[in-house]
Amino acid sequence: MSTARAWREYPRRYRYEASVCRKCGKWHFPARLVCDACRGTEFETKRMGRTGKILTWTVIRVPPAPFKDEAPFAVAVVEMDDGPRITTQVADWKEEDLKIGRKVRLEFRRIQADGESGPIHYGYKAVPVA
Amino acid sequence: MRDVAIIGVGMTRCGELWEQSLRDLYVEAALKAIRDAGVDRLDSMVVGCMSSGLFVGQEHLGALMADYLGMCPIPATRVESACASGGVAMRTGFLEVASGASDVVLVGAVEKMTDVGGDEATYALATAADQEWEGFNGVTFPGLYAMMAVAHMARYGTTREQMAAVAVKNHANGARNRARAQFPEPITIESVLNSVQVADPLRILDCSPITDGAAAAILCPADMAAKLGKKRPVRILGLGAGTDTIALHARKSLTELAAVETAARRAYEMAGRKPSDIHVAEVHDCFTIAEILATEAVGFFPKGKGGPAVADGETAIGGRIPVNTSGGLKSKGHPVGATGVAQVVEIVEQLRGESGERQVKGARTGLTQNMGGTGASSVVHILEAM
Repeated sequence: MSTARAWREYPRRYRYEASVCRKCGKWHFPARLVCDACRGTEFETKRMGRTGKILTWTVIRVPPAPFKDEAPFAVAVVEMDDGPRITTQVADWKEEDLKIGRKVRLEFRRIQADGESGPIHYGYKAVPVA
Repeated sequence: MRDVAIIGVGMTRCGELWEQSLRDLYVEAALKAIRDAGVDRLDSMVVGCMSSGLFVGQEHLGALMADYLGMCPIPATRVESACASGGVAMRTGFLEVASGASDVVLVGAVEKMTDVGGDEATYALATAADQEWEGFNGVTFPGLYAMMAVAHMARYGTTREQMAAVAVKNHANGARNRARAQFPEPITIESVLNSVQVADPLRILDCSPITDGAAAAILCPADMAAKLGKKRPVRILGLGAGTDTIALHARKSLTELAAVETAARRAYEMAGRKPSDIHVAEVHDCFTIAEILATEAVGFFPKGKGGPAVADGETAIGGRIPVNTSGGLKSKGHPVGATGVAQVVEIVEQLRGESGERQVKGARTGLTQNMGGTGASSVVHILEAM
């Protein structure tokens, strides 16, 4: 992944910056230039809350190349309390945590690296919370 | 708009075709379709392909295929919509004939997937999802469909066995399509349930394979079909396309394929037909759960009833609405960009009565449903024997 591309995504991956439509109030994560609810084009940047719940999940047993050494790992679609839905890995899970409705909190984690000596890319993973 | 007919079809076999290149595959399918139609000229060509750049390192397929088919200097256009590239190619050819811009159009679609290793193929396929917000986090295509399966099981009570029944049925059909199918071996529910885990709850026998292949069709105005072609023509009675969010997580529902519903509704409206008028269908079973979702989205079954329907044999040959008589993506194979046209080849042959031991008796009206990614794009065609 190019350095510029990784850098471009920092505001979302590191700081949870969402764009909130000034017309209809919908939260977008990642940010968009056009609101998909009302086609508004003016937004306020807000920091998205880090808590949400699992809508669906899976355990990846055949991983893509950058995640070769990590399988099996859990992935979920999470609905954030502020509204946006995201796809994220689930970290620090036990089998009973993988269920629809489970509360999670996003934490800053290592996601992948460009080979043995390239840059490490960080982002969020969902951790089950009580 | 002019009415449009299909007057010739052809396709390669599906599989790991080591001896054939990307261009060889396209040209073989194109020549078969041209000979099937008996035409001696083409006005224009459409090339459907998902990712020749990543699979083979080759772009600019319009010119390449026109060149190797010996058809220069006619116009040739490559179109792409991930695994719906073939469906979008059909739609592009349809619009070109319907508009009056061209009379005889070759729609060919191709994918050469086995010149790269499994990792690279997986990477190329993953580009059909949202690379920045899905792929970055490690989710695979089977993983995304697995999450749709988990949601469908939770909401409707769809079972593991019902999903396995899709694979069993499609392999039984593929066993009657040995000349083309990549995996024409019959399998059992037990063998699906005991196969290697890929992404819970999906196992390897829930997944379509990595496939080389190509398929082609010749389109012309319906009122010229009898004069130009030599076989019974098939009319493109209805056609619809639609889109949905690229990322699965952004969908209104994780258990419905909204783009397929949009495409199907438009196709039925244009054709003046309804789901109960369809005698045979090819749907996009890239994973077993996908066939269940697709048969619900095109209106064959109510939401949540696709699983019980396949387990009860309603979609088998001889059932109420036979689905994937070719063996589907699961058994026949899934050369991703070519699949949408391969589905049309199967339905055209069914409507002509040429399908041999997998023939659906009396089939006059058929449907194809092709989709890209996790259902972010879809094309549905309704075909009828003229």
